[in-house]
Parts: sequence; C-alpha cells; structure tokens
Amino acid sequence: MAGVRLSGVTKIYDGGVIAAKDVNIEVEDREFVVLVGPSGCGKTTVLRMIAGLEEITNGELYIGDQLMNDVPPKDRDIAMVFQNYALYPHMSVHDNMAFGLKLRNYPKPEIEERVTEAAEILGIRDYLSRKPKALSGGQRQRVALGRAIVRKPKVFLFDEPLSNLDAKMRVQMRAEISKLHKRLDATMIYVTHDQVEAMTMGDRIVVMKDGVVQQIGSPLELYNNPGNKFVAGFIGTPAMNFFEGRVKKEERLYFEGKEAELKIEIPAELEGKLPATAGKDVYLGLRPEHIVPEEESKGKLRSSCNLKVEISEPMGNEVFLYFQSGSNPIVARVTAAINPKPGTELKMYFDTTHAHFFDKDKECAIA
Amino acid sequence: MNHIMKTTGNKFKINNLQSRIISLFLYFLLIGFTLVVLYPILNVFSISLRPGDRLLSTSLKLIPDGASFHAYKVLFAQTPFLLWFWNSSLIAAAVTITGVALASTAGYAFSRFNFYGRKSAMVGLLVTQMFPPTMLLLPMYIMLLKLHLINSYLGVIVIYTSTALPFCVWQMKGYYDTIPFSLEESARIDGSTRWGAFRRIVLPLAAPALVITALFSFMTAWSEYIVAAQVLQDTSLFTLPLGLKQFEASMSTQWGLYAAGSLLVSVPAVALFLILSRWLISGLTLGSVKG
Repeated sequence: MAGVRLSGVTKIYDGGVIAAKDVNIEVEDREFVVLVGPSGCGKTTVLRMIAGLEEITNGELYIGDQLMNDVPPKDRDIAMVFQNYALYPHMSVHDNMAFGLKLRNYPKPEIEERVTEAAEILGIRDYLSRKPKALSGGQRQRVALGRAIVRKPKVFLFDEPLSNLDAKMRVQMRAEISKLHKRLDATMIYVTHDQVEAMTMGDRIVVMKDGVVQQIGSPLELYNNPGNKFVAGFIGTPAMNFFEGRVKKEERLYFEGKEAELKIEIPAELEGKLPATAGKDVYLGLRPEHIVPEEESKGKLRSSCNLKVEISEPMGNEVFLYFQSGSNPIVARVTAAINPKPGTELKMYFDTTHAHFFDKDKECAIA
Repeated sequence: MNHIMKTTGNKFKINNLQSRIISLFLYFLLIGFTLVVLYPILNVFSISLRPGDRLLSTSLKLIPDGASFHAYKVLFAQTPFLLWFWNSSLIAAAVTITGVALASTAGYAFSRFNFYGRKSAMVGLLVTQMFPPTMLLLPMYIMLLKLHLINSYLGVIVIYTSTALPFCVWQMKGYYDTIPFSLEESARIDGSTRWGAFRRIVLPLAAPALVITALFSFMTAWSEYIVAAQVLQDTSLFTLPLGLKQFEASMSTQWGLYAAGSLLVSVPAVALFLILSRWLISGLTLGSVKG
C-alpha cells in the first residue's frame, strides 16, 4: 500500500481548456478519499492523471515516494474500476480477473488462488466460466471489482463505479465497497458526482468545481463547516437554503433579507465572528433541518417567517416542505408527523445557531 | 363468452392462413433468386463436361450427352494450370496478409490517435477511391517501371495492396471506433503496453472487420486481370485470370478448359468465404461496457 500526493497538478487540453488547476491533494496510506463535484468539474481527469491515462501538464504526482509523472499505467501498480465496467467481452469472468496476473507472469496456482479468493469475497464464484454478456449490471461491476482486487495493487481507483446501477443495487454495492476497503485495508480514491456516496464512503472528501479543489475534509467537517457557498450547497440533501441580504447592527447584529422578508437575529456565539461584515452584503445559509415549524421550535427560536407550502414530499420518516419567499426557494426537513397539504401557511422558525454566512462577492465562509 | 371465443378462433385461422400465404410467396421468391444465381454456375459446369468444346447447346440437360471430366484432366495434366494457381495463391496471400497488417494498424491510428493531418489523410484515402482503376494504370505502370518491378510478383502485390488499402483502412477505422476506449485503458492498467492492449483486446474484438479486410484484399488480387496483364509478361508468372485467357485464341476458344478452369478458380474464394464467415458475427463487444 502507499499514499498518493498531487502537488500543483494542472491539466490543460489542446485548445487551452483547463480541466484541473493547481490540484494539491495528499491521500494517506490506507485512506479512502472521495473526489466529488458536478459534471465537468475535473474529478475524473484528476483520477485519470493518477492512473496515467492522461498526461500531467504541470505539477507532480507521487505514489508512495516515487514520482509518477512519466511512468506508464502498467508500472504504477494501481487498479482501476471504470464507470462502464470495461470488461473484456471475449474472455470469461475468470480470464478477465486473471488477465493482469497472467501479464505479470504470476505462477498458475497463485493466479487460481487469487481469482478464487476474490470471487468468493464478491460472490461471483458460480459465474467464473461465463462471459460478461451473460451477467447482470451488478454482477459485471463485481467482476470489475474482482479484476482490481486480485492484483493487490498499491492504490485502487474508482471512476463512478456505481452510476450505471439501479438505486437498490447502488446502495448494496456502496456498502460492499466500504466493507472491501476495511477488509483490504487499501488506499482507495473514488470519484463520484453523488454526494451521498461521498458522505457515506469517504474518510475524507475532496470537493471540486471547474477544475479547482474547493475544500478537503471529513464528511462531517464539510457538512458542518463548509468553506464556501459551493461546498455548502453541494454537500447535503436537500441542499442548503441561501438567502441574499445584509448584516446590520442595531442593538444587536441581525440579518435582513434582500428579497425574502426576513429579519433574523444573529446569535451571540456568531456575533464575534461577524462585526467586520456589518453593513456588508452576505449570503445566509441554513440547512433544511434548521428551518422548523412552530411545533418543533419548542419556544426556543425567535426568528420566524410565515410561509406557504408549495410542495410536500413525504419520505416516510420525514417530510420535505418546499416554500417560495420572493424569488427565494426554501426547503425544510420536518418530522413525518407534520405533513401539511400544499397551500397551507405555516409559521417556520429559523435555527440561527446553525447559520452559515458567506461573503457575497467571494462566496467564502465568514462564519 | 362462446361468441368471443368463436370470433377469436376465426381471427386466428385468418391470421394463420395469411402468414402461410406470405411464407409461400417468400419461398417462391427465394427459390426464384436461387435459380437466377445458380443457373450461370450450372451452365458453366455443364459446358466443362461437354465434349468438343461446345459453348452453345439447345439441350436443357445439366449433364450433357457424352459428359466427361476430360477438360479437368487436360487442365491439370497438359496446361500450366497448377503454376497459375500457385502464382495467384502466392500473390493473393501476400496481398491479404499485407492488407490486413497495414489496414489494421493504420485504421487503429486513425481511430485512436489525434495527429496533425489526420483528417486530410482520411479524406485523401477516400479521394483515391473516386478514380477508376484503369485511369491509375498508366501512372502505376510508370512507377513500377522506375522501381524495376515490372514482370515481378512484387509489382502486382504493390498495386493490388495499394488499391485495396483505402477501403480497408476506412472500414477498420470505422469498426475500431465502435470498440470502447476504456477496454484498452483497462488493459494498460492491468499491465499491457499500448501494443499489447491492441493485440490482446482490440484485434480479437475487431475480428469481423479483419475478415472483411482479408476477403476484400484476397478478392482484389485473386480475380484481377487488367493490372496483371500489364505488369506480368513472363508466362511463368501468369495468374489464373491471365492463364484462363490463354485458352482463348483468335480463331477458336477451348470452352471446356475455360469453363473447368473458371469453376476451379472460384473454389478457393468460396472456401475462404465459408471458413471466414464464422467470424462475421455481430455483438462481439456485448457485455464489455454498459450499453
């Protein structure tokens, strides 16, 4: 096993398109790091540069202590699981898994032992003689995983491996990959656009946008302390609510919404962080679970607003309520006991102790 | 209920009758086409069996009166038919091997690499197909003359390969385009070099295109007459089409030998097609990637 270090890595394609810009990531040995971001953010490009499938325009890539910029993929001792499985269709499942070992001239008994062991772990032992076309999507992805694990590489790379599976299979495979990480105790770098996958699987998450790393941290760190408005909006489902407005000062600091008729008192614990912004335009960010109806406020919360329910989405154990205040869409996550019909007006309270403030121009977190 | 069942039963009978009539019509049509295709072959076979080099006959008999394999015996025993066969085989094999080797690699380069002049080269290859071969005869002859390749196997091999290649490169490129890049990338990560990934993964999956390339190259060389007639002057180098033409004289033609030779010439082409047709299958890449 080995760590992976990207230092100032940049990828510029012919025509000047910058796919990744000054990427600095340090993946510890045996760590599970997830690269997440919207389509076109450069996460797959970064992964492909680690794999050696894309040349690095600038910067340095280390696997372990070895500089890998000019090392061909076959000599990097990595394994990659592709989004579209990329199984060799003319070979059986067994031969697909044994392919890499045969190329490396492993003795036949060891190849058999490793393939059988991997097939046992992944539950595909009965399919070893089949061709990929005779397998379901989930089974094919297992074979792709098996092909990676038989090699026992230094680093595992996953390029959105679950995005072609149906929702149920995705949840199942998600858990299996997490288990596999614990069992193999290997360094894994996983690319996804699905923030739920990122939150549930990663030891640390790297959030990317437009080829630039936005923030690196543990899932809870990103959820509780997003570094900027993009990360705050990307991590969490439903996404964080944002209100444009201004921090003003009377007796105490308060936030006044630009469009939404909001006047929210800023709690004392945040006041210390905000005085410099008084009079400045900011974004206030509140997660859906921090906008609560009267029944759940228990008299502790003071800032409120009357909002009309536009859509109500019952999820079983909870309900997502969608409101509109001016041009501001607002979503709240409430308990299943409260399930108002669309059109109902509710007094919603804002739990400002969990509020996030972002600079309006730079969109970076202020508090 | 009974009424509904009766109506459904009648409908079923009508549908069944309709499908039978359609099948019958199709069978007649297919038999008709088969006869159209088979008649000339049977006619040539019949001529090859006729005694006395008779081309025309009023008899409708497939096996003519006095039929014998005399023409075949003469063909093998008294003419250099086997030499022509050897020459043709040698040239066709060389053209096929060269064609497959060059088209498979050139097509791969056009499909996978982005190099300067790629598009122009592709269009250039296409443009060469717009000129009739007879128009190219003179410039090619001059080129071969300067290269001292007139009256040599290599001369015809060069011309046949160069005329077959543009089509073969295009069709190989088109086929490679359908093979997902990720298969090669996966092989390269598994431990292959780029060449290894091409050889172990891409080529086996491109089997149908390779077969087409092989058949096209083979047929270009096997049945060609005009170029061979210009380039090959020594009778010991003659190919089958040139050899068969020897049976035709200004006053008389040995139709029996001509017909027997023609039939035998077609045997290797048919055999090769039958052997290679098992590779002409679709869906080789099924299951490799999410479709």
